[in-house]
Amino acid sequence: MMKSPRLPLYMTMATFVLAYMLCIWEFPSMFSSRVVANLLTDNAFLGITAVGMTFVILTGGIDLSVGSVIAFTGVFLAVILRDTSIHPLVAFGMVLAITIAFGAAEGAIVHYLEMPAFIVTLAGMFLMRGLAYVLSTDSVPITHEFYDVLQSIYWKAPGGGRFRLIGGVMLLVFIGAMIVLHRTKFGKNVYALGGGVQTAQLMGVPIARTTILIYATSGGLAGLAGIVYSLYTSAGYSLSTVGVELDAIAAVVIGGTLLSGGTGFVAGTFFGILIMGLIQTYIVFDGTLSSWWTKIVIGVLLFTFIMLQKVLAWATTARRKPATEFAMRS
Amino acid sequence: MKLSSILLASALVLAPMTAMAAGKTVGFSQIGSESGWRAAETTVTKQQAEERGVTLKFADAQQKQENQIKALRGFIAQGVDAIFLAPVVATGWDSVLEEAQDAEIPVILLDRKVDADPSLYMTAVTSDTVYEGEVAGNWLKDKMAGKDCRIVELQGTTGSSPAIDRKKGFEKAIADASNLEIVRSQTGDFTRAQGKVVMESFLKAEGAENICALYAHNDDMAVGAIQAIKEAGAKPGEDILVVAIDAVPDMHLAIANGEANATVELTPNMAGPAFDILDAYWKDGTMPEKWVQTESKLYTQDDDNNAIYEMKKSLGY
Repeated sequence: MMKSPRLPLYMTMATFVLAYMLCIWEFPSMFSSRVVANLLTDNAFLGITAVGMTFVILTGGIDLSVGSVIAFTGVFLAVILRDTSIHPLVAFGMVLAITIAFGAAEGAIVHYLEMPAFIVTLAGMFLMRGLAYVLSTDSVPITHEFYDVLQSIYWKAPGGGRFRLIGGVMLLVFIGAMIVLHRTKFGKNVYALGGGVQTAQLMGVPIARTTILIYATSGGLAGLAGIVYSLYTSAGYSLSTVGVELDAIAAVVIGGTLLSGGTGFVAGTFFGILIMGLIQTYIVFDGTLSSWWTKIVIGVLLFTFIMLQKVLAWATTARRKPATEFAMRS
Repeated sequence: MKLSSILLASALVLAPMTAMAAGKTVGFSQIGSESGWRAAETTVTKQQAEERGVTLKFADAQQKQENQIKALRGFIAQGVDAIFLAPVVATGWDSVLEEAQDAEIPVILLDRKVDADPSLYMTAVTSDTVYEGEVAGNWLKDKMAGKDCRIVELQGTTGSSPAIDRKKGFEKAIADASNLEIVRSQTGDFTRAQGKVVMESFLKAEGAENICALYAHNDDMAVGAIQAIKEAGAKPGEDILVVAIDAVPDMHLAIANGEANATVELTPNMAGPAFDILDAYWKDGTMPEKWVQTESKLYTQDDDNNAIYEMKKSLGY
């Protein structure tokens, strides 16, 4: 319906480029392969989570359980690798199966019981966090040699930046998500579902299957993010990644995806992640600002982008469908 | 004060041969500000950096390891001269420490240690929590000088490493003194409120006249217990001696008022020794020991506790 659905995406990209240029202007050393590599490595788990969140939000839903799923995944892997001789790859498979099934179950409850996604995934959030605590309350180190192998895979760019495996995994997830969303039937169904359940039904979209698949995707990607996080810290800790679901939602919204669903791009989410990472990098480079400014700046950005979306939506509807609106009111 | 430190800083900048640290940049990744002690550590680190003419890049991790790793990578990208790290957890530092080593940036751990290969960091500056208990025990042993003494002990959070170590150190110190005996020992969870409740139960069970001294694993519990002793009609500091660990401002006030007898300082100045190590390293490449122990200073009623209280209050405890 919107005249220029890509406009918010371009705004996000422009914001990132402008912000990065301002950063370089103040700290020339921010223009280095290290900073770029850090942005990818440090935000890999958040980026992967945010891809799943983009799918969910595109259908007008929300998934609050992802932060807990990441923590659970990390603790699960750490405990399995400590107490058994299972190979990490098998453990990865097990944990992905669990998280995908968990997401699918959430999707099924949302669809069949017609419950708001907010409350279902809130329950999921508590459930997964609790399970992580039951497994272990301490930070459990992972010392498997296969982890060392995975961690030692990186490309050292000129300038000293290390492009690590986990950053690459995130990029692959983003590219994969773009292909799925824009080149497959499932992708079309996701956008259609975001336009409204009834419209989607009329278009012949399998609502139940799509909804379950969406939450399964989000759960599975959170599981993958958990694997990445365990590689990132070589440990599983039940207290980790508290509130990551909110960071992911923020990245998706800053990336130009409408919370009401139907409009948005995975690429926007990618730049949303980069913007958030850039703010943190800037604060570290400055070294005198309170780190809580990260939250303030993200808050301001969120407001700005929500306002922008509202203005755009209002501008298009006011021009195009005054008659329909009139009819609906009367 | 401000002016003099600026003058001092500029003097140091002008004389780089005498103080190697001046003009250098050090990144400090702090856990957060969860306790008064931590806030004081941050304040002291900033003061130390200013006095030495070092530019301090400070990053508060808000209790999150991912934020600390990000901050460390940011420091490395920026090319700081050294990094101070107060790690929030012990695990998961290998990769980022390797990157620092690769960039030839020395990393000094403050206040806590990590489970990483010791070759990945320069040194760890921490207090010796067993020794803190020993200092407290030795003070009581000297104070009693052979007289019989029934001691009650307020332990820290069960299973926490400072609680285990401070108990061990104290017991070690009094092991050879048969006149000293710990008659009751229970956890007060390191909190003021629990310290008071548990002390009340000690007083009920033993009777105030049968307790000669209280040893608390931290000052907060001792301050709570002092309240309980007063409410039971006894005089803390006289009828029942009070010795604890940490040296927080309120304990100094209690000592100044004669309600407590001694406290062992857990110094918030971890950065001072760390800067000294860096100075030596930059001057002629001196490598420190892998563990540098901070001083565990004993404060008693002989010190000017009012002045110390005033001084410490401004550190953000």
